[in-house]
Amino acid sequence: MAEALFQISGLRLDVPDMARKPLFGPAPRLEILKGISFDIPRGAVLGIVGGSGSGKTTLGRALVRLIEPTGGEILFDGQDITHLPDGRLRGLRRRIQMIFQDPMSSLNPRLTVGRIIAAPLCARTGDARVAEALDQVGLPKAFAARYPHELSGGQRQRVGIARAIAMRPDFILADEIVSGLDVSSQAQVLNLLEQLVKELGLTLAFISHDLSVISRLCGRVIVLQGGRIVEDAPTRQLFEAPSHPYTRELLDAIPVPDPSIRW
Amino acid sequence: MLDGRGAIKRRAGARLWLSALWLGFVALCAIFAPLISPQDPLAQDLMLGRLPPAWMAGSEPGFWLGTDSLGRDVLSRMIFGARVALTVALLAGVVTCLVGSALGLVAGFYRGWADRIVGRLVDIWMAFPPVLFAILLIAVLGTGLTSVIIAIVVIDWTRFCRVVRAETLNQSQMDYVQSARIAGFTRLRTLLSEILPNVLPTMVALLTLEMGIAVIVEAILSFVNLSISTDAPTWGGMIAEGRLAIHQAWWVLVFPLVALFLTVLSFAQLGDGLRERFDPVLR
Repeated sequence: MAEALFQISGLRLDVPDMARKPLFGPAPRLEILKGISFDIPRGAVLGIVGGSGSGKTTLGRALVRLIEPTGGEILFDGQDITHLPDGRLRGLRRRIQMIFQDPMSSLNPRLTVGRIIAAPLCARTGDARVAEALDQVGLPKAFAARYPHELSGGQRQRVGIARAIAMRPDFILADEIVSGLDVSSQAQVLNLLEQLVKELGLTLAFISHDLSVISRLCGRVIVLQGGRIVEDAPTRQLFEAPSHPYTRELLDAIPVPDPSIRW
Repeated sequence: MLDGRGAIKRRAGARLWLSALWLGFVALCAIFAPLISPQDPLAQDLMLGRLPPAWMAGSEPGFWLGTDSLGRDVLSRMIFGARVALTVALLAGVVTCLVGSALGLVAGFYRGWADRIVGRLVDIWMAFPPVLFAILLIAVLGTGLTSVIIAIVVIDWTRFCRVVRAETLNQSQMDYVQSARIAGFTRLRTLLSEILPNVLPTMVALLTLEMGIAVIVEAILSFVNLSISTDAPTWGGMIAEGRLAIHQAWWVLVFPLVALFLTVLSFAQLGDGLRERFDPVLR
């Protein structure tokens, strides 16, 4: 096995629970992540799956340090980034990228696609890297002059991918990137991602609530429930012999393409 | 973030061009006032007092819109009054916009103590009756064009601050701010290059509204004799003088009033029209 790019051990995160805050005194803490440990080897594609409220998005955002964990440790390439302040994190940012769930919200509506891709590179819109990134995600170069709302959902998500890969990052987090798309665009975006993983040798963490999406892409799957890892297994093994009842539940939730079977 | 605004097709063309046409006309009048005004706006002649407009019986040639009680030409005074109105609209509008928006952006984006300080300041400011505040300010600063502009800025920055803060707060929740963090942008760069373009359309719309409001405030201050010297031609001053002789010489009141009304209306329409034309999301 290759060296680990990410090493996560005992990761905890809690937030004040304002709904149950007494009139005086501090609010009780609500635990979202309850001690999570796993590794992401370089070049691996890891699936993170779980139902809603299982903490998968929070885990993702803690990995890329959009939020600061309250406990545990995140090592990126051997460096402790758990509590690194924003200023010192900035040097690492270009190595850790993220693709967001809702491209309408994650692409600035008043900037052109070219500027959206070029800005993180500190390049101009006409930079060769912008054209290359657009080409890699299968969009024509002319799209650089368009605004996000002029694109379809699938095209927007491709722009999100282009922005992430243009940075040539070591790691990409993909947070539910196909859940807002219709089935045919989902397939296209997944094919694209699969191809990019092969071409560029990306290390990817792929968050989804849908195991059928995960099976396409990932070599290993982590199943989250209520802020804990309930199963961590290679994809094939997980699908053939799920060890935890929750995993079985998720597997049963995959729709069957047969209208005569009721589920 | 796309909302229903994009789907609403409105014909902004006519409104935009009509208001731009009127404002352009007023601006030309203001710039070339000494060349085009038929009479000296300050020249008094009691023998020519309260002459009616040119198309009515008893008018004198050369006094197209009649004269006021002191025999001063209404048209010439309106043309020179446009100078004051536009200067106040542009300067007061722009400075108010800059001050209010800057505070609003900082408060809405950085939150924390900056937001608390600005928020309390706005609350205190808004509890003050604005017209009284203006009168008080002018009384302290002394009358004059600069004082009028300062008074408008000091009173009206809260209008921008509140709206821009709310909009910034709203935009800060969007994922593109998070993705700017992922891209390694500094906070200031995120604010200026990501959030500002999204708040700008709101600011422009407010700015044109504020220009209209500035014209009205100047007129109000002239009306209570606190704008510039009582002799100098301003639309508000003319309306105040016209009020005294409304039954004998309605034209002294009505023509400046129409000019004021059209100008304020045009500024508001211009804001809407510009927004619809130049906002990429609405196009």
